Amino acid sequence: MTRTPSSIRRRLVVQLALVAALLSVAFFFALRVVAERATEATQDNILAASATSIADAVYTDAGVVRVEIPYSALSMLGTVSEDRVFYHVILDGQTLTGYDDLPVPEVRGAGRDPRFGTYLYRDDTVRAVVVRRALNAADRIHRVEVVVAQTRLGLAAISSRITTTATAIGVVFFLAATALSSFAAQNALAPLNRLAEAVRRRGPRDLRPVTAETPTELAPLVRGLNGFIARLRSALTRSEDLIVEAAHRVRTPLATVRTQAEMVHLQMEKPENRTALRQMIRAVDESSRSAGQLLDHAMVTLRSDQLETEAIDPAELLRDAVDRLSPTADLKDITITRDLPDSALRVQGDAILLQNAVRNILDNAIKYSPADTEIAVRLIPGLSCRLEICDQGRGFVAEDVAQMPERFSRGSNVEDVVGSGLGLTIVRDVAEAHGGALEIAPNEKGPGACVTLVLPCS
Amino acid sequence: MRHACLALLLSLVTGVVQAFEIEESRRYPAPGGTELRILSTADADVFEPIIAAFQALHPIPITYDVASSAQVMTALYDESATYDLAISSAMDLQTKLANDGLAQRYSSDATAALPPWAKWRDRVFAFTQEPAVLVLNAQAFEALDIPKNREGLIALLRDHPQVFDGRVGTYDVRVSGLGYLFATQDSRNTESFWRLTEVMGRLNTRLYCCSGEMINAVAQGELALAYNVLGSYAQARLQDTPGIVIVEMDDFVSVMLRTALIPQTAEAPQAAGLMIDFLAAMRLRPDLATATGLPPVVSGAGEDENVIRPIRLGPGLLVFLDRLRRDTFLRSWVSSIEQE
Repeated sequence: MTRTPSSIRRRLVVQLALVAALLSVAFFFALRVVAERATEATQDNILAASATSIADAVYTDAGVVRVEIPYSALSMLGTVSEDRVFYHVILDGQTLTGYDDLPVPEVRGAGRDPRFGTYLYRDDTVRAVVVRRALNAADRIHRVEVVVAQTRLGLAAISSRITTTATAIGVVFFLAATALSSFAAQNALAPLNRLAEAVRRRGPRDLRPVTAETPTELAPLVRGLNGFIARLRSALTRSEDLIVEAAHRVRTPLATVRTQAEMVHLQMEKPENRTALRQMIRAVDESSRSAGQLLDHAMVTLRSDQLETEAIDPAELLRDAVDRLSPTADLKDITITRDLPDSALRVQGDAILLQNAVRNILDNAIKYSPADTEIAVRLIPGLSCRLEICDQGRGFVAEDVAQMPERFSRGSNVEDVVGSGLGLTIVRDVAEAHGGALEIAPNEKGPGACVTLVLPCS
Repeated sequence: MRHACLALLLSLVTGVVQAFEIEESRRYPAPGGTELRILSTADADVFEPIIAAFQALHPIPITYDVASSAQVMTALYDESATYDLAISSAMDLQTKLANDGLAQRYSSDATAALPPWAKWRDRVFAFTQEPAVLVLNAQAFEALDIPKNREGLIALLRDHPQVFDGRVGTYDVRVSGLGYLFATQDSRNTESFWRLTEVMGRLNTRLYCCSGEMINAVAQGELALAYNVLGSYAQARLQDTPGIVIVEMDDFVSVMLRTALIPQTAEAPQAAGLMIDFLAAMRLRPDLATATGLPPVVSGAGEDENVIRPIRLGPGLLVFLDRLRRDTFLRSWVSSIEQE
């Protein structure tokens, strides 16, 4: 089972929909109660009118109480529905006419006429009304009761129509309320989305506090975010400082040790001592180089996250690296040939990182080239600029090429040469940070390999 | 001797059980199904074509008993006689049976197709609409204007007592349920009714039980006119009875609906339902209307502007069945019509 992340919007919509559903149900029942009361009242009114008109038609004829049921008294009950109709006229407790088993509705408490009741009569539930009237005939007061009853099938039909209507209204109300609550939730969450968008749009080195207009509910979040940004900024500053500091602290003493060791080496007579010292110098070189590359790598990682781009001339980049490393190459009698066309080509990139990358490639080439060979440095313009450095060294073992740029991975044929395994990793990281790539291929002109830094340029 | 005693006893028993009077009983055998027992006020001769056509579709054996509308009421209301279908021209009594819970509910596509005024509570179904008309002897009216409405009729009777004395006929409403229905509807619809009755009383009006006899009397010249005759019967007799004229009043025409219902005691309600469907669809069988002379229910007759208005089924019809109301009405009527 996968847990979907909780959503404020969904929770809001669900809760509002629940409220709307409750209200719809309440509305449905309220509507039904009101409407059914109204229809019942209507039936009661017609019944009362019918009974009253019968009561009015009671008359005395030569001292005898008689009643002439008006046609309309019963026909009016038939106009609304096809319900069964019963009536009973009672004179002083004796049936005068009508259905003599039709009971007088029992009335709870003292009420005024007309009084209503509901009871079972002839297998049907009937609504009954009684209207009373006193009559003077032959010097006697006579009491006349008129009961009119009607079945409730018409009422049931109206009730079912009301239920249908109430249901429809309830459903429409619920749907409308849910749609509106969805809209309201969207609206309520808009400031949050705006804030998220404002933070997302920021540049990589933009560590200013968030000042966007936010509702009071989001103020704690913004305060927390700003505090976090401030801490991040100071942490970044500290680590940059540390890198610079460490570079100085490690490299300077190692350089001193090496210089001293070289001087001692020159004064040594015994071959075994000279060998030991050469091994020591080699170790110092290895440490110095490793420290340098570790720091380089840390710096590349740090700066890659927050590139400070400027327009850089790739030819100048290569020329600069060749100039710097020419002395080292001269020591091994290695010739560096340049093929750097003057062009207006520009690479958008971080100068320090790109210099670092190019230096690493060239450094590698010099290191693994045998004495008295040639290194070709070329700039091939195109859709992407190709900064190609080819040596005549031992090349790469084909199986190693894919592994090569991984951290601390070294070729299987270079055990005898000092190296940290970080050089090509740095190059690759820089290339990728600039949207470029690192390519490694065998040198087509003889032995050795070509390492190419491919960078987007304009 | 013993058999004779037994027979006598049996006849006594049946006599006690069956207190209502059957005028005629016909059996129509057919191969299959439960027997359909019909109690009807319509003459067997009139109804026979319907039964024949029905049996052609549904071969069900049928017993057709003819009784007066009052006897139909006695049979079903007081004695719970076992019938599957009650057909009567007395709409008020049929309505009372349905109102008082003695009729079964029935509905089908055919009854749904009936106009709303032609059925009540899905228990009483009308299948004919038969107007009350004035039937005249053509010879007697050679020198007279034919009256168009009740006022005209009153004036005519007043002006020519020598022509009409003893030669006016109408229903004896004490005997005929249909006559009572027409008379009470007249009294409800027009102020002229009581004056007309008074005038008719002064002319020694002759009272009849049935439309058929009145039509015969008019045809034979015994009567110059008969009031509130069942138009369908008169129409049916028009062909073979020369010398009679049928007049529909233009102030209003009471239209009786002949109705059918399934009594609560029915033992074959399905067969009765088939017959009701058949009767409800009679407007689709003009051949039967011709053969029986019974005009089938057509929608449109209930429209308001029409002077030809079917008597409305419903609780209003119960009013004139009220004992006191009936007593009062009959007393007034008798005192008006009999002026010796």
